Parts: sequence; structure tokens; C-alpha cells
Amino acid sequence: MNRIGALLLGLGTAAVAVGWYITQPVGLPETVSERLTGDALAGERIFLAGGCASCHMGTEDDADPKLLRGGAEFVTQFGTFYAPNISPDPEHGIGGWTQAQFMDAVMRGVSPEGQHYYPAFPYTSYAKADPQDIADLYAYMQTLPADATPSRAHDLGFPFNIRRSLGVWKALYMDRDWVVTGDLTAQESEGRYLAEALAHCAECHTPRDALGGLDTGAWLTGAPNPSGSGRIPAIAGDEFTWTAFDISAYLETGFTPSFDVAGGSMAKVIANLGQLEKSELDAIAAYILRAGQR
Amino acid sequence: MAFFKVISGAALAVALAAPALAQDMNAVQARQGQFKLYGHNLAVLGGMAQGRMDYDAEMAQTAADNMFHLTRHDQSRLWPEGTDSSAIMETRAKAEIWENLDDFTAKFVALQEATAALQGVAGNGLDALRPAVGAMGATCGACHEVYREES
Ligand code: HEC
Ligand code: HEC
Ligand code: HEC
Repeated sequence: MNRIGALLLGLGTAAVAVGWYITQPVGLPETVSERLTGDALAGERIFLAGGCASCHMGTEDDADPKLLRGGAEFVTQFGTFYAPNISPDPEHGIGGWTQAQFMDAVMRGVSPEGQHYYPAFPYTSYAKADPQDIADLYAYMQTLPADATPSRAHDLGFPFNIRRSLGVWKALYMDRDWVVTGDLTAQESEGRYLAEALAHCAECHTPRDALGGLDTGAWLTGAPNPSGSGRIPAIAGDEFTWTAFDISAYLETGFTPSFDVAGGSMAKVIANLGQLEKSELDAIAAYILRAGQR
Repeated sequence: MAFFKVISGAALAVALAAPALAQDMNAVQARQGQFKLYGHNLAVLGGMAQGRMDYDAEMAQTAADNMFHLTRHDQSRLWPEGTDSSAIMETRAKAEIWENLDDFTAKFVALQEATAALQGVAGNGLDALRPAVGAMGATCGACHEVYREES
């Protein structure tokens, strides 16, 4: 082999090695979960703010938001995802999981088998959460009823059906820093935590690029609706003229300032958030207005 | 000659479609007008419930009476087949309505029941009004969640 050939081979091997390295699923450091004990009572608030039920509850009309048997479908440009059963059923749900495994899934998008999850599960937001909150959430979810409905396999074409390739996506888009930065008031910071780390407003209200990553430069400025026609409205920018009172009241009751009533995927967001403290909704509203000033 | 036939066939189709479309547009505008009136009354009921305005028993009762009567308006001519958002740009009514008419009707009946309950308590003070307005709003949202397109 000539020198150039050897050099190319060497570079090629290095690129594959780097590629293999960056696509490798990495969980939280082991010590994180070890030192935490969850408080189920506190976890209910995280469950509501995180909107876990919106995706993981059953799909029938009168489905119980605490019975997390899965089934909801998410149509995307990459294929159709189905929310899995995450009830405490040991076989079909996550009843057999340890707290550490749960935290790796929610905060790093890594499964107990060491595979990547698809970002249709908004772990890129939950990655910003306080680990104590996710330990509390784990404790709370143990108290929910079990259900033996099997999870449904996703409908994805090549190459999106290869989980390993998600490592590249994560390297590009999984950023645990806050998007809205600067001198925030205590209320705005509280709202930022609730909105960016838990309630994942941006997952719906921010446009995405060709690879499905959030365009943080257009934070909360509205987006095409992934599951059909119509648009998810802007909640930042010139078009959006609501006051803090309007936003907080909407999150509580679903009534807009012109007294229309929220629908679409926002209806479940409100069903969950409406159960938080009013002061927390006011904080989210303060954050949204602050984000609009970027 | 064949070409001419095609053209006249198309012209006929347009001629047939045009009046039907005008009729459909009337139905779409009428049902949207009905919903605007819901919003107009919710501005009083929701406004009081949210603390945007002071509670006033008489105003609350009038708005609740309006809601009761508005939701008794016969719906049979407001939802002609083919007036969904895939066919008509100006509507947000999803095609799923006509695939699940029983469920759509059930959701409308739930609204009717909620307005009856609201009418019974609207004049009895803010504490009685608030949960009844919330319950009625939930029936609006339950239908918008599945059958109305995002704006
Ligand atoms: C926007 C919808 C959505 C929300 C909100 C959501 N999830 Fe999920 N979740 C999913 C999808 C889709 C998957 C499947 C991901 C995959 O297979 O790669 C998933 C997977 C999971 C898994 C892995 C289950 C398994 O069998 O491997 C867990 C655990 C989980 N979610 C917990 C949660 C918790 C806890 C919350 C709230 C804090 C939450 N999810 C919120 C959509 C969602
Ligand atoms: C699951 C997707 C999703 C999430 C998550 C979400 N939204 Fe929405 N939001 C929507 C949709 C869809 C609408 C349009 C509702 C309709 O059609 O009635 C909407 C509407 C709104 C509106 C009304 C805007 C207008 O002009 O009518 C506000 C305000 C809002 N959302 C704020 C938020 C905030 C704050 C959060 C996070 C705490 C959030 N949303 C999270 C999907 C979402
Ligand atoms: C049974 C289903 C259903 C119920 C119940 C319902 N809506 Fe609607 N609503 C719709 C549909 C469908 C549309 C879209 C109509 C269209 O664009 O043709 C709509 C549209 C609207 C609009 C927009 C009208 C416009 O300007 O175009 C408002 C405002 C509204 N609804 C308010 C309400 C309120 C308030 C309630 C409860 C008091 C309510 N709706 C209950 C189905 C429903």
C-alpha cells in the first residue's frame, strides 16, 4: 500500500472511531441517582408540569390521565412514533426499572438496554431538569395504576429506524444550556425552569430545521403543525400581543383574551398545567414575555 | 371535437359546483357566527370567572341564558358534508367531524348539558359561577381538541 493509501485508511478508521464514539449512548454519571431519594408527593407537580400524560395516557375519549398505557401517535417527516406504555406494569410498562434507569431515559434519552430514544420523547427538554425533581417523578409514577397493554413498535423507514444514528442528532442538538439567558428576575427564572425544562413549550411552538432540531434563533415564534395543516401560533414576536395576565389565565382556563377556547394539542397542555399553582403559571407567563424580548 | 367536449364538461362541472359552494359558504359563515356569539357571552362569564371584571348576578344570568338558548339552535343545516378544511380554505372544521358524526354530536350534547347546569347557578354568586363556567369551557375545549384545526 502506498503512503497516501495508508494515510486515507488511517483517517477513515479514525473517522469511524470518532463516529462510533459520538454516537455512543451516554447516561447520567452513576453517582447522580445514588444520592437521591424521591418524594412521591412532590413528584406529582413534575408529572403535571412535564405533561407526561399528554403523550402516554390512552387515546380513547375518557382516558384516565393517570393510566399511562400509551398508544398516542406522532406523525413526523421521519415516520410515525407511538408513545409506549410507561405504567408500573413490570412486563409491558416500566415497573421493573430502577430510579437510575428512569433518570437516564428521561434526562439523557438512553434506554436500560443502552440504546438512544427518539427525540419525539422530549428528553432534550427534561435534560435541563433538576435531578431531584426527576427522582421525585420516579417515586410518584410508582404510585400510578399498572396496565398490561403492550407498547406498539414505531413505523420508521431506513435510516431513521437505526437508533445508533441518533447519537449524531444528539451531538448536534442536545444542549442543556438555557435558551433565554441574561439577567432574569426570580419569577422569570422560575418560569424558565418550568417552561424550558419541564413543560417544553418550545417543542411545539418553535420551528425545526431539516433534521428536526429546534431553531433556537426563532424561539417560540410559531411552527407548522407536524400532524396536519394549520399552524401552531407564535407566542413570541410582534404578532403576539398577549399580556402576562392573558397567558396565565389561558394556561389556567383555556380561554383566550378574545374568549375563544383552546383546542388541538394545547388542550391537554392546559388540562395538566391548569392544576399547578397560580404563581407558577404567572411565572411561566413572565418567562414567555421575557423570551419575546430576545 | 373531443377537446370541445372536455371543455364543456369542465364548464358544466364549474357551473354545478359554483352555487353549491355559495350555499356551503353560507353554512360555514353561519356556524362561525354562532361560535362568535358563544365567545361574546363567554367574555362576560369567563371575564367574571377570571377576575377581569366584577361579578354581577344579572349580567351573569343573562349571558348564561343566552348560552342556553344559543346551544339549542338546530345544527342540522350548519354542517353540510364537504365543508371541511381540506375542501374550503375559510373553515377550521376538520374532516374527522363527518367520519365521527355520533361522537361530534355527543360533544355538542355535552355542551348543551353544561349550559343548562350553568344557567341554574349563574346568578348565585361568583363561587357558584366559576366551576360551572370551567365545566362549560371544558366541553368547548374537548371538541376543539379533536375537531378544529389549529389556526
Ligand atoms: C411529546 C410526547 C411525549 C411526552 C410529553 C413524554 N413522552 Fe415519554 N416517550 C414518548 C415517545 C414517542 C417515546 C418512545 C421513544 C423511543 O422509542 O425512542 C417515549 C418513551 C418514554 C420512556 C421509555 C419507555 C420504554 O419502554 O423504553 C419513558 C420512561 C418515558 N417516555 C417517560 C416519560 C415521562 C416521565 C414523561 C414526562 C416527564 C414523558 N415521557 C413525556 C413521548 C413523550
Ligand atoms: C403539544 C404541543 C404544545 C405544547 C407543549 C405547548 N403548546 Fe401552546 N399551543 C399549541 C397549539 C396547537 C396551540 C393552538 C391552540 C388552538 O388551536 O386552539 C397553542 C396555543 C397557545 C397559545 C395561544 C396563542 C394564540 O395566539 O392563540 C398560548 C399563549 C400558548 N399556546 C402557550 C404555551 C405555553 C406557555 C406552553 C408551555 C408552558 C405551551 N403553549 C406548550 C401547542 C402546544
Ligand atoms: C361539538 C364541537 C364544538 C363545541 C362543543 C364547541 N365548538 Fe367552537 N368550534 C368548533 C368547530 C368545528 C369550529 C370551526 C368552525 C369553522 O371554522 O367552520 C369552532 C370554532 C369556534 C370559534 C371560532 C369562530 C370563528 O370566528 O371562526 C370560536 C370563537 C369558538 N368555536 C368558541 C366556542 C366556545 C366558546 C364553545 C363553548 C361554549 C365552543 N366553541 C364549543 C366546534 C365546537
